[in-house]
Amino acid sequence: MKKFLAASALASLALVSAIPAAHAGKADDTLNIVWERELENVDSYFNTAREGIIVTRLTWDGLLYRDPKTMDYVPLIAKSFKWVDDTTLEFQLREGLTFHNGEELDADDVVFTYNWVANPDSGVKTQRNVNWIKEAKKLDKYTVQVMLKEPFPAALEFVSGSVPIYPQDYYSKVGPDGMGQKPVGSGPYKITEVEPGRKIVWEKFDGYMKDGPKGTPTIGKIVQRTIPERNTQIAELLSGRADWMWRVPADQADRLKSSGKVQIVNEETFRIGYITMDAAGITGDTPLKNPLVRKAISYAIDRKAIVEALVRGKSQVVNSACFPSQFGCETDVTKYPYDPAKAKALLAEAGYPDGFSIDFYAYRNRDYAEAMLNFLSQVGIKANFGYLKYAALRDKIRSKEVPMAFMTWGSYSINDVSAITSHFFTHGKDDLALDPKVKELLQKGDTTVDSAVRKQAYSEALKLIAEQAYWLPLWSYNTNYAFSNDVDFTPTSDEIPRFFTASWK
Amino acid sequence: MLVYTLKRLLLALLVAMTVSAITFSLTYLAGDPAIAMAGETASDADIEYIEKLYGFDRPIVVQYFEWALNAFQGDFGQSFYFRIPVADLLLERLPVSMTLGVSAISFAILLSIPLGVLAAMRPNSLLDRLALGISVVGQAMPSFWFALVLIVMFAVWYPVFPTTGSETWLHFVLPTIVLGYYATPAIMRLTRTGMLEVLGSDYIRTARAKGLPQHVILFKHALRNAVIPVVSLAAVQFGFMLGGSIVIESIFALHGAGYLAWESIGRNDLPVVQAVVLVFSLFYIVLTFLSDLLNAWLDPRIRVG
Repeated sequence: MKKFLAASALASLALVSAIPAAHAGKADDTLNIVWERELENVDSYFNTAREGIIVTRLTWDGLLYRDPKTMDYVPLIAKSFKWVDDTTLEFQLREGLTFHNGEELDADDVVFTYNWVANPDSGVKTQRNVNWIKEAKKLDKYTVQVMLKEPFPAALEFVSGSVPIYPQDYYSKVGPDGMGQKPVGSGPYKITEVEPGRKIVWEKFDGYMKDGPKGTPTIGKIVQRTIPERNTQIAELLSGRADWMWRVPADQADRLKSSGKVQIVNEETFRIGYITMDAAGITGDTPLKNPLVRKAISYAIDRKAIVEALVRGKSQVVNSACFPSQFGCETDVTKYPYDPAKAKALLAEAGYPDGFSIDFYAYRNRDYAEAMLNFLSQVGIKANFGYLKYAALRDKIRSKEVPMAFMTWGSYSINDVSAITSHFFTHGKDDLALDPKVKELLQKGDTTVDSAVRKQAYSEALKLIAEQAYWLPLWSYNTNYAFSNDVDFTPTSDEIPRFFTASWK
Repeated sequence: MLVYTLKRLLLALLVAMTVSAITFSLTYLAGDPAIAMAGETASDADIEYIEKLYGFDRPIVVQYFEWALNAFQGDFGQSFYFRIPVADLLLERLPVSMTLGVSAISFAILLSIPLGVLAAMRPNSLLDRLALGISVVGQAMPSFWFALVLIVMFAVWYPVFPTTGSETWLHFVLPTIVLGYYATPAIMRLTRTGMLEVLGSDYIRTARAKGLPQHVILFKHALRNAVIPVVSLAAVQFGFMLGGSIVIESIFALHGAGYLAWESIGRNDLPVVQAVVLVFSLFYIVLTFLSDLLNAWLDPRIRVG
C-alpha cells in the first residue's frame, strides 16, 4: 500500500510539472483571441467569413480606409485621391511604404493587385467586391488611376475595404496557396504562423506607417485560436487563457459581467433581420400578393417586444429595408407599429376574416422565429414552419419555393444601401416583389455619382417598399464582446474588431 | 479461407462505395454547394461564378463518377473550402481522432472490465451496486454536460489540464475521460453478465474443485469466455468514437476528423465529406473484420464454424 501511495504521489507530481504554463496575456504582451469559425484561407480574396475581414484589416492595407466613427473615406496607402470623371479614380500614393517582407510598395503593386483581381480567371471568391473594376494604370511611381466599368458611386467603399494591396513580386511567385500559408501584407500586423482553420499568430509590424488613419499598433503579439464551442471559449476567458471573445449570447453575457472577471461591451451591427414576402406571386397564388395581407402581417408582429425580450443589447426595431447608418437609408417611411386589431381588420378587408395558412421558413434564431409564429397565430395566420440550413433555404428561395421567410443580411459591412436594398429589389433571384418602379429608382441611385440625386432616388424606392410592405424589416442585430479587464478595446458598428487600435490598460 | 477473405473484401468495397454514393446524393440534396461556398451574403453573380468554376452546373451523376474514379486512384481532390488537398487535411486531422479514439476505448476497457469482474464476483454486494451506479450515471449524463463540468473543475477552478488544442498528451486527458466514460456502462454490464453466466458454469466449478487459485479461475478461465461478446461491442464502440466524437472534439477544440466532417457538411464541402465518410466506413469495416478474427482466436468454436 505504501508503495502504491508513493507511486501515486510521484505520478501526480510528474503530471503537475508537465502542465504547460497558461498563456499570460498582458504579462507577455500577447493578446489571445478566440473565435468559433474555421477560416478557410488567410488570403483575403479567398475567404468569405467575417473573421476573414478581421484578418485582412490587421494584415493588409487598402488604398483608402473608412473611419469607423465618422464613416468617412480617408487615404491610407494613398496620400490623396480624386474622381477624374464618373468612371476614373486617381490615387497619389504615400512614399516609403514597405511590405512585411521588405518589398517596397509603389504603383506597380497597386496596378498589379487591381488588374489581377479584376480578371475573373483569378478566382476571387466574392466577385461583387471586384467586378466593378475595369483596369488600373500606372501614371508614375506613386500615381495610379483606377478605371470603373460604369459609374459606381459605392466604389470608394470597396476601395477602402475589399481590395487590399498585395506585393507584386511575392504574389506572382507564390500565388493564392502560398499567400494562404505565408501571407505578406503591409498592414499594422504581420502574420508569423498559420495553422489552417486553427490558429493564426501576428506580430506588430515595426515598419508600419507612423501617421496613418489606422494608428500605430501597441500590443506586441496577437494569437488567434479557433474554439468551436462557446462555453469552452468562456472557460478559457475566465481562466485567463484567452483575452478576447465575441458573439456572447445575452444571458451568458449577463452572467459573465456579474462575475467581475471580464468586461462586456455591446455594440449594434449592420446586420438586420427581415421577413421577405412573395408579393409577386412567384411561388403561386398566395394571399401575400394582396398588399393588405402583407400590411396585416406587419402590424401583427410585436417587433419591439421581441427586441426587448430576446434580441436585447443595442438592437433596435428597423422600419426601412436598410441599416439606418447606411448612405441613402431613408428612415421616414410608412411604419407598422404592433396593432393586432388593425391586422385582423386588414385581413378581413382582404377577404381572410378567419386568417389563412402559409409556409414560413427561417435559418437562424429559432427563438425569434417562434415568437413571430406566435404573434401571427394570434391574428389567425397559421404558419407552417420550416427550419433549414442557410444554403438549403437560400436555394429554396431562389428556386421559387418559399412564400415567406425570416432572413437576415449583413450588407458585408458596407455603409451604402446599394449593398442591401439594391441587392434585393432589382429583380435578382432573391427579389420576391419584382416592382419595376422600385428597380428603376434603385438602379438610378446605384449608377449616379451625384449624392443628392442618389439620396433622392433611394428615398423614393425605400418609401415605396415600405408603403407596399414588400418586406417587413425587423431589427438590427448586436454583438456582445467579452474581454479581459487588462484590455482596452472599442467595438464598432461595422462588426469588424480592430485589434490594431487595442491596447493594454 | 483465402476465397472467404477475398469475398469479404469485395463486399467491404461495395459497402464503402454504396455509402459514398448515398452521402454524395444526400449532401447534394441538402442544398446547392455553390450557395454554401459563396457565403451568407453572396450575390447572384458570385453564386453563378462559383457554379461554373467548380463545375456544379454539370449533372450530379457525372460529378459523382468523376469523384469516384479519382478516389479509387487515391486522389480525393481539393477541399472547396480550404483550397488544399483533402488528403493533406485528413492526414492532419485523423491522428487527432485516432489518438482520442484509442485512448478513450482503452480508458473505457480499463475501467469497465475490472468493474464488471468485481461486480460479478459479489453480485448484489455494495461493490456491485457501486459499479451499477457508475454505469447508470455514465449512461444518463449527457457527454457535453460532463465535458463542461470537467472544464469548469479542472480548467477554471483548479487549472490542472489545458482545455483546448491537441499539442500534448495532457490535452487529451479530459476528452478521453468524457468520451471513454460514455462507453463504460455498456461494456461493464456486458462483462458483468458474461462473468456471472460463466462463473456459474460446470467447468468453473471443476476448476475450483481442483483448487486453482482465484485469480487463475477469474482471469484465465472465466474472463476469456465472458469477454467474447465484449470484443465485438468494443470494436463497434471504437468505430463510433472515431467518427462520433464530434461533440467532444468541438467542446475541447481538438479539430479532429469527426468535427471536420460535421463542419464540412454545413459548408457543403463535398470532397471532404465524401473522403471522411469513405475513410470512416473503411475503418468500421476493418474493425468489424478484426473483431471477428479476434473472436475466432478467443473462441475456437467460431474458427471451426
